Amino acid sequence: MSDVNITVDGKNVAAPAGTLLIEACKSAGIEVPAFCYYPNLSLQGACRMCLVKIEKMPKLQTACTTVISEGMAITTDSAEVQQARKSMVELLLGNHPLDCPVCDAGGECELQDMTFSYGAAESKYTEAKNHKDEQQWSPVVYFDRPRCILCYRCVRVCDEAMDVAALGIQNRGSSSVIAPNKGDHLECEECGMCIDICPVGALTSGAYRYKTRPWEMTHVGTSCAHCADGCKTTLGVRRSETGMEIVRGDNRDRSGINGDFLCVKGRYGFDFVAHADRVTQPLVRKNGRLTPTTWDEALTIVGKRLSEVRDQNGGAAIGVIGSNRTTNEENYLLQKFARVVLGTNNIDHHRTADFPAFAAALAGKPEATATMADIYNAPAMLVIGGDPTEQHPLLAYQIRNNVRLHNARLYVINSEPIKLQRQATTFTQIPSGAEGKAAAYLAGNDGALDALGGQSEAWTALRDKLRGETGLIIAFSSELRGADVANLVKFGNGVPGAKFICLADFSNSRGAADMGLYPDLLPGYVPVTAAGKFREEWGILPQSAGLTLPQMIEAAQAGKLKALLVVGSNPLGRIKVDPKSLANTFIVAQDLFLTETSALADVVLPAAAAYEKSGTSTNTCGELQQVKKASEITGTKSDFELIVRIADSMGFDLRKLVPFGKGVYADMGQSRGVHSGEADQHAVWLAKQGLEPKLSPFDPGAMFDEIQRLVPGYNVARMNLMAGNAQPTQLGGNGGGASHDPSLIVPAKDNLFSSGTLGRYSRTLNSVMENKQRQPADVAAD
Amino acid sequence: MADLVSHSDEVRVISKRFGKGATDIGRYVELDGYKAVQKALGMTPDAIINEVKASGLRGRGGAGFPTGMKWSFVPKDPAKAKYILCNGDESEPGTCKDRLILEHDPHSVIEGVMIAGLAVGAQSGYIYIRGEYRYLSIIMQKAIRDAYTRGFLGKNIFGSGRAFDVYWHGGAGAYEVGEESALMESLEGKRGIPRIKPPFPAVVGLWGSPTVINNVETLAAVPPILLGGAEWYAGLGPPKNGGTRLFCLSGHVNKPGVYELPLGYNLKKMIYEVGGGIPGGRTLKAVVPGGSSTPILTANEIDVAMDFDSVAKVGSMLGSGGVVVCDQNTCMVRFALQIMKFYQHESCGWCIPCREGTDWLKKTLTRFHAGGGVKKDIDNIRYLAENMLGRTFCPLGDAAAMPTISIVDKFRNEFEDHLEGRPCPYEPAGAQRQLPVLSH
Repeated sequence: MSDVNITVDGKNVAAPAGTLLIEACKSAGIEVPAFCYYPNLSLQGACRMCLVKIEKMPKLQTACTTVISEGMAITTDSAEVQQARKSMVELLLGNHPLDCPVCDAGGECELQDMTFSYGAAESKYTEAKNHKDEQQWSPVVYFDRPRCILCYRCVRVCDEAMDVAALGIQNRGSSSVIAPNKGDHLECEECGMCIDICPVGALTSGAYRYKTRPWEMTHVGTSCAHCADGCKTTLGVRRSETGMEIVRGDNRDRSGINGDFLCVKGRYGFDFVAHADRVTQPLVRKNGRLTPTTWDEALTIVGKRLSEVRDQNGGAAIGVIGSNRTTNEENYLLQKFARVVLGTNNIDHHRTADFPAFAAALAGKPEATATMADIYNAPAMLVIGGDPTEQHPLLAYQIRNNVRLHNARLYVINSEPIKLQRQATTFTQIPSGAEGKAAAYLAGNDGALDALGGQSEAWTALRDKLRGETGLIIAFSSELRGADVANLVKFGNGVPGAKFICLADFSNSRGAADMGLYPDLLPGYVPVTAAGKFREEWGILPQSAGLTLPQMIEAAQAGKLKALLVVGSNPLGRIKVDPKSLANTFIVAQDLFLTETSALADVVLPAAAAYEKSGTSTNTCGELQQVKKASEITGTKSDFELIVRIADSMGFDLRKLVPFGKGVYADMGQSRGVHSGEADQHAVWLAKQGLEPKLSPFDPGAMFDEIQRLVPGYNVARMNLMAGNAQPTQLGGNGGGASHDPSLIVPAKDNLFSSGTLGRYSRTLNSVMENKQRQPADVAAD
Repeated sequence: MADLVSHSDEVRVISKRFGKGATDIGRYVELDGYKAVQKALGMTPDAIINEVKASGLRGRGGAGFPTGMKWSFVPKDPAKAKYILCNGDESEPGTCKDRLILEHDPHSVIEGVMIAGLAVGAQSGYIYIRGEYRYLSIIMQKAIRDAYTRGFLGKNIFGSGRAFDVYWHGGAGAYEVGEESALMESLEGKRGIPRIKPPFPAVVGLWGSPTVINNVETLAAVPPILLGGAEWYAGLGPPKNGGTRLFCLSGHVNKPGVYELPLGYNLKKMIYEVGGGIPGGRTLKAVVPGGSSTPILTANEIDVAMDFDSVAKVGSMLGSGGVVVCDQNTCMVRFALQIMKFYQHESCGWCIPCREGTDWLKKTLTRFHAGGGVKKDIDNIRYLAENMLGRTFCPLGDAAAMPTISIVDKFRNEFEDHLEGRPCPYEPAGAQRQLPVLSH
């Protein structure tokens, strides 16, 4: 269809038919101000800020509700239009409290900006202002009616985008007020989107209000540390006595894969970093008690003991447990350290999805994985298992809004009624645990029907409908493992353009799998028995598969495993053991807290949290994103640095572990996040002294050079990644790991408000959970 | 129950059954009731629409849009059902005509709805009755029941094999719902807030279906037009302003009441002859010609024909037929305040200029009338009203702004007389403080 031609202030503008005037103006670089207009939410025409003159129409018209038509001539800068805007701001400010000096939104307020750009220089208002006291609607949402300009963005985002509809409007006229639909409190998902979308300071965050002025913060956009969806969260940080503190999390940036979305965890769940229980000094067990000590002593003990065990008992006597929360660089380094330095394949992590089976099933077709953007734009979606609203809030958001805005078809197969069924074209309930049977039936095995319940006609109809789709995206949860995944992929291969999303539970679960935290698989699902180029670069590697995580714990209890290095994981949180049974195992834990696991360790090395370091992370869709350093707690070190230091203390040549000094990447301060200004000065100083700014062995960027070079599917556009964009990786592999024991996969069972062991240390998440009278998940985990 | 009035200049078309017991269906039938709809059953939809077009009937709700043309905008064969919606949310201060029709002649409204339905191909109609008119909804419910009992409504109306259903719906007390799209929202069970137009109701209306919305009086005029003929009806008024209408004469007149007069009837004559002049021999100060939202006319401006076009020429509107007369003792500042109190109370709050403008104006006028005004307030009152005008989401903002602007412009001296803490010079001690028409 050819474009529609209009003129705006005498300038020719062409835009596709159906474009709203306000968007057409924007595309031509002409700002038409608006409060209530918000892309992808229903039109309101309520704020009247976007009034423009359209030729031949007697009254000014709202640009936000007018669809352009051929030959339309618009004026946006006449005296009449300017006066309309000016008076609209004057009217708004009449009853506005003008408490900008103490308002959270002061400095980042659309009403302030509009007043600055379009308002009057003086106020004509001399009457008493209407007042209503501030209200608290939930642990994290406060409402200040006098500041509200009634743009209804909050009501719409809650209803339309979130499908929660916790907010409404009460009363009328100048008494109109935004109010919870359930009495005096919100019954909602506490996503805080209403706060984010509020153009003024009417809705404020309980976690942030009155803490700072916006301009005192530095804003760092990083990947969220909680679930596996990988939203970008913007952390507002400020100097504090312990380093840098995070004051706020929000979605100000809107440049991430999550667009407008952010959930309760991404927004408020950052406070675990500042929990009083953070370990901020190395601890060594002396006389049975963990005792603070120096880094030197702690690292010397670790290096010495690990070397002893390796040299006396062989690498097979050491086990390594990695994390779902650490960066790709750290995970890659950890498994390389285990295999090259410790000489063991005893490495594993808490598995929450069967990525090896998925990779094997997709072998030869690595492009068939879908991104978060893909599912938002897909004509049809199939969701099997899980409850995305609870476990994958962004995925659920993308699905919901794809249905709302694009009329996409959604098919849901689940053993329980889930919220997404409201958007579903069909919802098919199956007996608990029958997800695999459903996959088998879809793949063509009619014999699986008996186990599915329901009418066979309905199942036939569903399968026929799905087979008839094009571009179907299939998102499956961890109920599907091994052969089930193969069946589902087999079915999908019969649907033209089908793509898949394998759903895991933690922020970098996919990365942990991709980086080879498996006893039998190297990074990129390359079997240890066919190490290929890894062997060429690394030299000698253990060739037989190592122990799995439960096997390592058993072996330790049996005295066969002499040493255990646990990085950012809490396996004993879910695998209950008698502490005495591990008394003879030398346990080193790198952690933020004294968990069930680290509390039993002989040495605890205080680790930096995900928000305190740099690197990359891979979400459940395989989208690679930067992790940027935001905050800092004095006394901690990144896991990356800790692993390197342990290797150093074992006398290992670090250049063989971290290829620093030969990469394409130079750390000019990027890895230091908010300290970049300082670091850049440092680099300048080095150059001035004739000292080449070299890569350090603690630079994750150097490790990423190797990841790009060696890990199949990870050779992404580096500059794009560094610019803050998500880069899709491809699921590599040649079929190795297709038949892992399904019982090794243990779903975290987190809900919207819990986040494994980490979640226990978030005061905000816990207060929300308590407020909702909900319990954390049964399965404690990473 | 309102007392009925009469005058020899009246032409009784809509009010011909008033006071004759026509709420009883048998009586209504005796008085030529349900004849027009039976005639319509034998006509093509186009023939009905053309007849109404030729009659010059214009909407009696206030805007005066030609009724036949409105009907012709409904798509002929949409996939969805179509609806007729009768707007009985009469709330404009000074207006009390639909109330009489609903009270005395409910079947004429049902019949009008049915004819409109036959004209546009709708099979159901809704009669929306203002919340405060609770007693009228009881009358209407009975009328609808009786019509079903007689087979006039239902699956087989008048044995024609065609179906038509009529439902009533009560409002919850909001002036705003008199605006057609807000009325549809209300009828759908939502907040009474207007919709974005376009699309217009004729294409996307009730439940997204093509919908004709007409005022009670407009629909009640349809059966007489079909029976008497378009030519006869058009001939009752001046060109393009066919027929008669119910004028609601109130305020300072000796004989207030609802009179059915031909369109084009002289306003001065209406006040002094039909209304019997101003009580106590006092002089006239101002007249609201068509409900509180219309610009006010001074005593010098009332020699005007009361039809849509003539009233527009003198800078006001025929509006909803609510003629409010103010004598020399009326304080125009107080009058402006009373009007603004109403609109401030009734603003739905959706858009900024109406919500904030009416609130601000009410506060300023209250202070001003109480003697707390300063000179720049007068300009500010006009400034606010002017900046609301034409910029609000729906006409409610205009309805508040128009009379305000006209009062400031025409009675600026009265504002000036209130300055500097002076007591109101227009209301002698003990004078009536409350104008009867604005008692909402």
